[in-house]
Amino acid sequence: MSIRKELTSAALGVLTLMVLCGLLYPLLLTGIGQVAFPDNANGQPLYVHGHLIGSRIIGQSFGGDPRYFQTRPSGTTPADNAAASSFANYGPNSKVTERAIAADIAAYIALNGRYYPGGLSAAKVPVDAVDTSASGIDPAISVANARIQAYRVAAVRHLPLAKVRALIVRYTAGRGLGFSGEPAVNVLELNLALDRL
Amino acid sequence: MTVAGWVTIFAFVTVLTALALPLSRHLAAVYGNGTTFLDPVMRHPERLIYRLMRVDPASGQSWRAYARSLIAFSLAGWLLLYLILRTQGLWDFTGLNPMHFASAPWNVTFNTVSSFVTNTNWQYYGGETTMSYLSQMAGLTVQNFASAAVGIAVAVALIRGIAKHVSDAHATDAASIGNFYQDLVRTILYVLLPIAFVVAVALIWQGSIQNFSHYLSFSGLAHVAQRIAMGPVASQESIKLLGTNGGGFFNANSAHPFENPTALTNFIEMLTVLLIPAALVIAYGRMVGNRRQGYALYGAMMVMFLGAVAVCYIAEAHGSPAQHAAGLHTAAVNGSAGGNMQGKEQRFGIAGSALFDVVTTVTSCGAVNSALESFTGIGGAVPFANLSASEVIFGGVGTGLYSILLYVLLAVFIGGLMVGRTPEYIGKKIEAREIKLVALGILVTPLAALFSTALATASSAGRASINTAIASGPQAFSETLYAYLSQANNNGSAFAGYTGYSGLVGNAAGSHGFTFTDLLGGFTMLIARFVPILFALAVAGALVSKRVSPAGLGTMRTDNGTFVVLLIAIIVLVGALTFFPALLLGPIVQGLTGHLY
Repeated sequence: MSIRKELTSAALGVLTLMVLCGLLYPLLLTGIGQVAFPDNANGQPLYVHGHLIGSRIIGQSFGGDPRYFQTRPSGTTPADNAAASSFANYGPNSKVTERAIAADIAAYIALNGRYYPGGLSAAKVPVDAVDTSASGIDPAISVANARIQAYRVAAVRHLPLAKVRALIVRYTAGRGLGFSGEPAVNVLELNLALDRL
Repeated sequence: MTVAGWVTIFAFVTVLTALALPLSRHLAAVYGNGTTFLDPVMRHPERLIYRLMRVDPASGQSWRAYARSLIAFSLAGWLLLYLILRTQGLWDFTGLNPMHFASAPWNVTFNTVSSFVTNTNWQYYGGETTMSYLSQMAGLTVQNFASAAVGIAVAVALIRGIAKHVSDAHATDAASIGNFYQDLVRTILYVLLPIAFVVAVALIWQGSIQNFSHYLSFSGLAHVAQRIAMGPVASQESIKLLGTNGGGFFNANSAHPFENPTALTNFIEMLTVLLIPAALVIAYGRMVGNRRQGYALYGAMMVMFLGAVAVCYIAEAHGSPAQHAAGLHTAAVNGSAGGNMQGKEQRFGIAGSALFDVVTTVTSCGAVNSALESFTGIGGAVPFANLSASEVIFGGVGTGLYSILLYVLLAVFIGGLMVGRTPEYIGKKIEAREIKLVALGILVTPLAALFSTALATASSAGRASINTAIASGPQAFSETLYAYLSQANNNGSAFAGYTGYSGLVGNAAGSHGFTFTDLLGGFTMLIARFVPILFALAVAGALVSKRVSPAGLGTMRTDNGTFVVLLIAIIVLVGALTFFPALLLGPIVQGLTGHLY
């Protein structure tokens, strides 16, 4: 092919693909998503009295409010910013990392220690409670983390511990296919259920 | 470590192989002009597209003509994407820029465009803070398809060079290694679009979003102000993985719950990444008429892959020095699997994160569901090692196969020297010209990586990209080395503290790029992508018209265990000799010491 013909085909080629893969393909999927799974396709919004209060699968900040289960530490600015997700990028051998973890341990113990039978020490704090999540908006915490926070939430809300624990079980997603991933307690759904008791 | 973690790894390998076998049959039919089950649907659009592109798919191309078409197509793709990204603000009227994002500066855009056209998908920009929906769809998604198809086309052309018997063809067509546009279009219509479509629907079913809404703004349950980014995510997510691209719709990539909502999608996404690279290797055996050749390569790749996964999982489950220094216990307890959860998501856990990141760094995918920079020294050394092996452990779609075939030819040559015979591969003699091309093809990527790293480490302009707030000592070097290793291998994953763009959260006004870092990275990607492609096509051209001699008693077998061991040894040796000194300064120091910097 001559150079001119070559360049014409190349230009027509990328334009054709732009229409096919860049417009038709995503538009078709948007149509299918909006018709077949409208709740998922729009981010699983949750409402209280008609007001949007969050997405079921996006972690949000509970600002240290002792009545609520708290999400994991976040590397976004501000914390749990779902419009600018980000890793914290703390290195494994870094003093900055150690200080950040130590500060989060202190905060976790300050919030939960006096409600936990026998008191909390660093060695008893679950790793997910003080390690930053990847997305910065992890919607979930570990079961161990939820069980520790349950003592505080039950005490502050004057609820029987068993009732709070039952809610934890209810809002824990098991492993995918029975083996993939780790059990994960959805914090927003759990807190919403507490408010609705 | 947990039993479920190991089960995940072995279930993954089993399901992957089970899916790759039937797909390999389909691929062999697509590129051998056989009939496929998609013919009734795709035959007419295929013809229409050739007409629109004004190409004749039936005319064979020599390697030079094939390369010319490939370069022209990539150049046109580069220019169109640059135009789309730089005029982002002009398209607000379409409603596909609801947050009114301005364009990123020219230097960042240069890096981004080079990154997507080369299948690297390195990201100095944050998706949800800089890109409009139109840019994500009509710009980035298109190159996700196109760059993946280009990689596969090169692999297919090289296979034809190896497999073709001259007597098969008419004399005039003897030098043909296929037609670039035919390979490109058939890849997109018969392979990428159908699979990407099915995976995208599965992702939406599990909770990925697909809409054009304005970002959500509201007050949360505890009355803390929240904003949530929206967008057409699932359609881009599926091809990002399938085409081993890796550029996330969101900054947090596959860690973001809208990109990867559940532990099940995490499993599906990992399969999607390795599906085509694994199937192509088996299809290769079919296309050269000896399936054992494909299985031998598959075996070599799988051995290296499982080794990498095991090391990474064990290291991450052990926890990091910083955690231990802060007084944490990282062993598994009731209700928590423990380990280094820094930069990992609860729903994936340690195994789901380690496996995902090995899957995406052995392939040139580069998607991540956890922060590589927060991996332990040894756990983080695994992605380094995968990149140092030049992405031949399955590798990117197409790129992995043509890259390992270059190593195969090198192994055949060295093996031939050891036994004192003229080296032959599948009946074709490997001579001086081919070995020169192979050696150059193999060396370009490591050279580009090391040269760029040296330049970036030695200059103050390069060091400006290191995130000094969190990284110092060996980690600062790791960040830099990983950046150029990743870009040279067209991977795109990052030790993400390293940056070429300082953006403000929200509207990008006031942001600026780091010109040195953006340009160095951009040129590294372009050179390390297209120069090896040219060498691979030249090798195809050199081999295609060679006579096939029947295998004799003295022929060195290339489909048995001995050859697999030789091949692995040569891949590891080349990688280690090239990168060991550099790796010592970064991840290995971090892995060997409990000292904090």
